[in-house]
Order: sequence, then structure tokens, then C-alpha cells
Amino acid sequence: MIEVEGLTKQYGRTVAVDDLSFTVRPGRVTGFLGPNGAGKSTTMRMMLALDRPTAGRVLIDGRPYQELSEPLRRVGAVLEARSVHGGRRCRDHLLWLAHTNRIPARRVDEVLEQVGLTSVRRKRVKGFSLGMHQRLGLAAALLGDPPVLLLDEPVNGLDPEGIVWLRTLTRRLSAEGRTVFVSSHLMSEMALTAEHLVVIGRGRLLADTTVERFIAENSKSYVRIATPDPTRLRAVLATEGIRVTDTDDGALAVHGTDPARVGELVAAHGVVVHEIAQRSASLEEAFVQLTGDSVEFGR
Amino acid sequence: MSVLLPLVRAEWTKARTVRSTWWSLVTTAALCVGFGLLLGSQYQGPPDRRSGIGAAEISFYPLLLGQIALVVFGVLVVSAEYTTGTIRASLAAAPRRGVFLAAKALVTAGIAGVLAVVVAFGTFLATQWGMGEYGASLGDPGVLGAVFGAVVYLTSMCVFAMGVATILRSSALALGILIPLLFLNSQGLASLPAIRSVTQYLPDQAGAGLMRVDTDGQFFLGRLDFGVTGAYLVLSAWVAAALLGGYVSLRRRDA
Repeated sequence: MIEVEGLTKQYGRTVAVDDLSFTVRPGRVTGFLGPNGAGKSTTMRMMLALDRPTAGRVLIDGRPYQELSEPLRRVGAVLEARSVHGGRRCRDHLLWLAHTNRIPARRVDEVLEQVGLTSVRRKRVKGFSLGMHQRLGLAAALLGDPPVLLLDEPVNGLDPEGIVWLRTLTRRLSAEGRTVFVSSHLMSEMALTAEHLVVIGRGRLLADTTVERFIAENSKSYVRIATPDPTRLRAVLATEGIRVTDTDDGALAVHGTDPARVGELVAAHGVVVHEIAQRSASLEEAFVQLTGDSVEFGR
Repeated sequence: MSVLLPLVRAEWTKARTVRSTWWSLVTTAALCVGFGLLLGSQYQGPPDRRSGIGAAEISFYPLLLGQIALVVFGVLVVSAEYTTGTIRASLAAAPRRGVFLAAKALVTAGIAGVLAVVVAFGTFLATQWGMGEYGASLGDPGVLGAVFGAVVYLTSMCVFAMGVATILRSSALALGILIPLLFLNSQGLASLPAIRSVTQYLPDQAGAGLMRVDTDGQFFLGRLDFGVTGAYLVLSAWVAAALLGGYVSLRRRDA
């Protein structure tokens, strides 16, 4: 379990993380969602005690990270992918990491196998693609077989096959009862992997809820109608007190009702329609709607 | 000890698995021994008595040149962590800054120490061999102590460089300070009598005091107001200050 309590990080007068509190529970994937620059990476660095919080604290199973002995056996993390010495061979990078926490060398070969890097274990990391770096980062995170995993934007740079592999791995790791905390700026990715969501914008907590509830509360559905006579249809719907807006492609969006009722109405009034369909605003739209106000560039 | 040993092992693995380590060590040895050979063979007669510099002391000049590659090694041990981002993996694996720095300093000192033994004795023998009949022997009075002083000096400079790099985090900044400090000083500032009372405490000047064969105040870089013990103390103070500064920097600054 990870407890974030009143976490705050200021750089000069800029507040990157603002009084953030939430709890990450074991046995499920918790998505950490926010637009770029929302403070996700800063929060995760503070979880690992790499950055010092201006205020607040993070507890890993009740203890601050610095007090964990052999922390790789408690928490595995993938931060920025390219944070290895390019001149070092793949296996050597994992080997020194293993030494720090008295992890046996055979475990290095196990995790190399697990992430599919066995064939390049003797290659210098310099020549690795971003996807291979991500896999190496994951191998490092899995080295201590930790009950807690922190992954910062792990799908970045992975090819479609790699993304599917990562999703499967993430779900399996949480099914094993581990605490998995994954950040992303892509809502669609979160919808596929996470069960719980922590959403932040401009360093502040915007939502701490299940994915289902997040979608239900933030995505508004509507009925889409395409008709050759929009003026007449508008008039019909208006007499019933139903709100109508235009869609981007020239159809009408009817709010606060369902396709059955709309179908009955157009039949009763003899309006010609070409299409009636239930539509949901996409998750991305829901996410943008929630975080839209909190996106700020150029800071 | 149980917390330190795994980290020492990890730091050793880190050091031995990058090529820059081996390059900087080989360069140090080649520069020192090569320059010693060259310097020694220039002597067609015994060194001038009036300079106060004996034959044995001539073999310490090459070390002051060759130390640059060892200083680069000391800097890279830390700065490469920052330029490559490895530092985040290091500190996530070893979050206690003091233990992390101690392990790094021990391994750096160990590697530098082994190399310094080879280089200090190698350079002495090469220089004296070059001087032929005018050369000194290891068995001459005070010589063995002075060569041992050279070992301590070279090792200390490498750890000092590591400490400075931990404070500054960047190779360019660290070398930008260390190179003028260790080189321009010996040839320039330190020869000005007016500020000699201050410059004699700089690390290379005090450090050179360790490589002193006779016990008069004169040694091969100039006069010192303190003896060999004093020189050890001054040099230790520099190393301790650099490491302490590095520790404070690691504790306070974000990785």
C-alpha cells in the first residue's frame, strides 16, 4: 500500500504538486492520469525519495522510502526510460542493481528472459531502441520481485505488440496481489489496464475513483440523428422540451433522452431520418473535459 | 558493514563495466611512466645541487602531469551518473545518501589506490632508470616514504575529484575547477612569493609535500611551512571537505 499525504513540491514560486493525498491499494492496477506537466513524474520521484517534498510525505507499507532496507525488494520503479549508462552492457546494468540489494545474479537472467531481452544481454545499452529501454527498465523494476510497482508512462515508445505485452504483464502482476501504480497521459490506455484512477491536473487531485465511475460521471452520452430535414426535426424535439445541439459532421446530437423515445417521436411526426444511434463521448473527451481547465503550457 | 558491502560490490561492478574507467586508468599510467622515462633520460649529469631538488624527487613531476587522467576518472565516477540518469536508479536502490557516497568513495579510493601503487613505483623506477648512473635508488634514505606519499597523494586527488563532482554534478564544471586548481596553480600562482603563505595549502602544493625525500623545508615544488605530517593533514582536510560537500549536496538536492 502506498499512502500519499499532503504531498507538495514547489520549484521557486511554481507549485508542481499541490497538497496531494491519495492511497494506492494492493491487488489492483491504479492508473495515475493527468495531462503532460500535471506533476505525475514529480509525484513518482517523491515516492522514491529522489526528490524532496516541500511538504507532506509518502509511506510505502507504512514507512518512508528512505527507511526501507533493500528497497528494490519492496518497490520496483520504471521512471524515465533512458536512465542507464549507454556504455554499459545490458546484463551488467541489471547486475550492479542486483548487487545493491543482495539479489542473486540468477535473478538477473530470469528478468531478462521475462522482458525478452535475453538475446541482447551482452549488448551495450547505447544501441537500444526506446522500446528496449522500456523493457530494460521493467526488468530492473522486477529484479527484487517487489510487491509494489511504480511505472511512469511505461507504454511510451513501445510498439503495438509491446503495449499488449505490457498490459498483460501489468494485469498479471496485480492479479498476483501486487500494488501496481501506472501513470499515463492517455485515458484510453488507462481504461484498458486500470481498475482504479487517480486523476491530477496542475498538481492537484481531480478524481480518485474507479474507472467505471469515472467514465459514467464524466462522459455524457447523447443520441445522434442524421436527417435531411434538420429544421423540422429541431422543431419537433423542441416542442417536447428536448435539448438539441449540432455535431461536427452536420448531424444533430439529442441530449437527455434515449434512441427509443427519439424514434417514437420521429415516427409520430413523420420526419425522415437516416440514422439514429446512441453515442458516448469518448474517454479522451471525458478526460479533456475534466482536466481541460488545468492544462497549462509554458510554465 | 552489512549495508555497506553490497553497495561496495555494486559500485565496483559499475566501475568495471564501463570503458571510460579502463581508459582513464591506462592513460594515467602511460602518461606518468612515459613522461618519467623521458624526463630521466634528459639528464646528462647529476641534478643541480643549488635547486635543492634531488634525483629521487625528479620522478614526482610526471605524477603531477599524469594525475589529470586519474582526476578525470574520479569526476566521471559521479558525473556519468548524472549525465546518463543512472543516479536515479542508484538512489532508488540505495536511498541512504551517506552509505551510497561512502561505498562510492571506498571503491574509487580502492581502484585509484591500486593504480597509484603501480604508477608511483613504476614512474620512480622509469625515471631513475632513464637517469642511469645519476639516478637514485628506492633504498636511499627517505625515498620509500616519499614514493608512498605519492601513492597517498594520487589516491587522495582521485577521491577529492569525486567529492567535487558530487557537489557540482557536471564533468565540465568539476574539471573546470579541478584542472586550474591542480595545474595552473603549480606552475603559476604558487611561485609568487607574496601569496605563497596561502597557496601552500592548496591540495597539489600540500600534497606534493608528501613526496619529500629530505627534511629541509625545500621540496620539489617550493617551500612549505609544514612538515610531512602537516601535509597529510592538509590533504585529508581537502578530501574530507569535498566528500562532506558531496554528502550535503546529495541530501539536499533533488536527484
